Amino acid sequence: MLYREAGDFKTSYADDSQTFPIRFDRYRFYAVLAVAVAVVPFVINDYWASAVLVPFLIWSIAAIGLNILTGYCGQVSLGTGGFMAVGAYSVYKLMTAFPDVSIFFHVIGAGLVTAAVGLLFGLPSLRIKGFYLAVATLAAQFFLVWLFNKVPWFYNYSASGQINAPERTVFGIEVTGPNTEAWAAYLFCLVFVVLLGLLARNLTRGTLGRKWMAIRDMDIAAEIIGVNPLRAKLSAFAISSFFIGVAGALFFAVYLGAVEVGEAFGINQSFLVLFMIIIGGLGSIFGSFAGAAFMVLMPVLLKNVMVGGLGWDTALAAHTEFVIVGALIVAFLIMEPHGLAQLWRLAKEKLRLWPFPY
Amino acid sequence: MKLTKTRMALAGALAGMMAAAPAMAELVFPSLSYRTGPYAANGIPFADGYADYMTLLNERDGGIGGEPVRLLECETGYNTQKGVECYEATKDEGALVYQPLSTGITYQLIPKATADGIPVHSMGYGRTSAANGKVFEWVFNYPANYWDGASIAVKHLLDVNEGDLNGKKIALVYHNSAYGKEPIRTLEELSKKHGFELSLVPVDHPGQEQKSQWLQIRRERPDYVVMWGWGVMNQVAVQEAANIRFPMENFIGVWWSGSETDVLPAGDAANGYKALALANPGGDYAIYDELEANVYSKSKAAGAGDQWKTVGYNRGLYAAMLAAEAAKEAQKIHSTKALTPAQMRDGMEALEMTEARMADLGMANFGPEFKVTCENHGGSGLGKVAQWDAGAKQWTVITDWIESDKEVIQPLIDEDSAAYAAESNISERCN
Repeated sequence: MLYREAGDFKTSYADDSQTFPIRFDRYRFYAVLAVAVAVVPFVINDYWASAVLVPFLIWSIAAIGLNILTGYCGQVSLGTGGFMAVGAYSVYKLMTAFPDVSIFFHVIGAGLVTAAVGLLFGLPSLRIKGFYLAVATLAAQFFLVWLFNKVPWFYNYSASGQINAPERTVFGIEVTGPNTEAWAAYLFCLVFVVLLGLLARNLTRGTLGRKWMAIRDMDIAAEIIGVNPLRAKLSAFAISSFFIGVAGALFFAVYLGAVEVGEAFGINQSFLVLFMIIIGGLGSIFGSFAGAAFMVLMPVLLKNVMVGGLGWDTALAAHTEFVIVGALIVAFLIMEPHGLAQLWRLAKEKLRLWPFPY
Repeated sequence: MKLTKTRMALAGALAGMMAAAPAMAELVFPSLSYRTGPYAANGIPFADGYADYMTLLNERDGGIGGEPVRLLECETGYNTQKGVECYEATKDEGALVYQPLSTGITYQLIPKATADGIPVHSMGYGRTSAANGKVFEWVFNYPANYWDGASIAVKHLLDVNEGDLNGKKIALVYHNSAYGKEPIRTLEELSKKHGFELSLVPVDHPGQEQKSQWLQIRRERPDYVVMWGWGVMNQVAVQEAANIRFPMENFIGVWWSGSETDVLPAGDAANGYKALALANPGGDYAIYDELEANVYSKSKAAGAGDQWKTVGYNRGLYAAMLAAEAAKEAQKIHSTKALTPAQMRDGMEALEMTEARMADLGMANFGPEFKVTCENHGGSGLGKVAQWDAGAKQWTVITDWIESDKEVIQPLIDEDSAAYAAESNISERCN
């Protein structure tokens, strides 16, 4: 009834090709954005920021990044954790080397460094595909973690090998360090999510995105119709790594504050992000958000319900949580292999016809 | 950018949060435990000991100074992310002191807890330089720290070698994380001082696979191996050492690598393995009679109840006892029953453990004597060496309290804490 195209006339090409062609979609997007920007910062507390919203936003960026590479360009990568580590360590080096520059630019800088590293590790993708490429990126994962553990320059020769985020500000407001207010950390991440989300959405709708999808669907055919596989694949690696690097930088600087590379950026994180995009939906920006929400929020929710609500023993709750999340993943993959994004798409299709489906 | 589903999930999470409404006017002790994951073998006994001691206080004395104790357990899985979530979830409930039993989480909590004004007690782990109370107002690591441990191990080796380690080779097998890297600096200094050769053998998390490390040890043939291991890594290392027939009496673990679960899987081959001891092993203490009468017999024991009298369980008891004693101290100082975290901190800083006090608590000779002061948050830095007797399946303490080499450690602590102070703009207290 409300969700429909009928009566929504487009009078210009720009209107016709906008991100959300349906009016209801558009308004809903603005509403969500307005709530996220204008309401949440006023009600947020430390727990909500550091246990729920900040990790969700950061993982969303990482998931969008991997989705560009895997979902849109079809290159499977297991190096996400390693690339996040590159982002974290480069933002750390930048923060400590140039303390007077705004942290905002450091995060962007960390993304660019990661893009360069991603480009380098993307080179094998020109020759190998599929599972073999996954193994090559797995090598990147282990190599990068080893590197940051091995070379003391990366952690400024600290005794423990940890990196700690010093206090840095944006417009005089602290966004890293222990005295950060919850809303500041949240808004800082939100700005990156919105900017990068819009960027990804528009990239994937444009020439570049179409080239990526052509390569994903059949690389030989794409080459024949004039898509340069070198440029398409490497640009996917670079842009995806940029996103992942920004996520890694925020993960370290804003969310955790202190990081140990082996634990924070281990192979688990690579799998976590991969699960996010598989659950959320490959080749969908919304899917990246949905997947991140599923993988990050579900465990917190289950834990709060089981331990806080039902008063269960913590070990029992932790084990049950594994079982439930695992079962949900299996159930999803069987019932909806295209992920949460597909469910959303179907719901919208139905809504368009509702309440008169014939 | 369609976030509607997310919002729905958030609303659900909110409902979950609401259900956990806090109850006030109690002494809240959060226990960031880990009963799952590759470190659970060590996390469970500690968590059980900690919980049982708190239950004992409630059952026997009605809490601490008449104020009931509420234990707030939160599962971290030894994972820093979950540790942060647990910290944020529990801190608003009036948490008095955090004991996360993880060096990684401790590093995470030091700046946060300092900003929030909640004390952290990392008993024999965490950031070593936190022993300097002038810089680390809210962090305590009494009775001993990692650098003390490294020094105690070397001192024991000196004793074994009649005071001369010149030309000997010592290998450090360590968990490749902040925890395992802590002793390196001290061992390097000590190797300069005593003339032994140090080689470093890192083991990556979680440490189930150590074939290449022990191959390296077999090739290098060090005279002694010192280990900084935790969780499943300990069991594997002891087994691998046995496999290459490394003489067990030349293999010394830190106090986190010396519990029953670490040596039992290797069976008789583990006989003679040594480890440092923070608190005495065994169950020969009056406290166990009290626990039996007030906790075990009422089936109020935490966990499965199969950890009693183990090293890890004793250490949990010890940590809880120190927290409870500090709370008593705080109640005395501020002549109040209900405590705030800031008052708790004052109590911790005024804590003095004497032989008589431990005997009163039914834990005679359980840990070292020490006194916390404004400058010294690290205690006395004493440790013992225990040896595993595979036949009797128990740890035997083979030395008296060994004092660490403060001459080497104190400058290192001053240097590291000064670096932290400069990094975080902290001016020294206690002057």
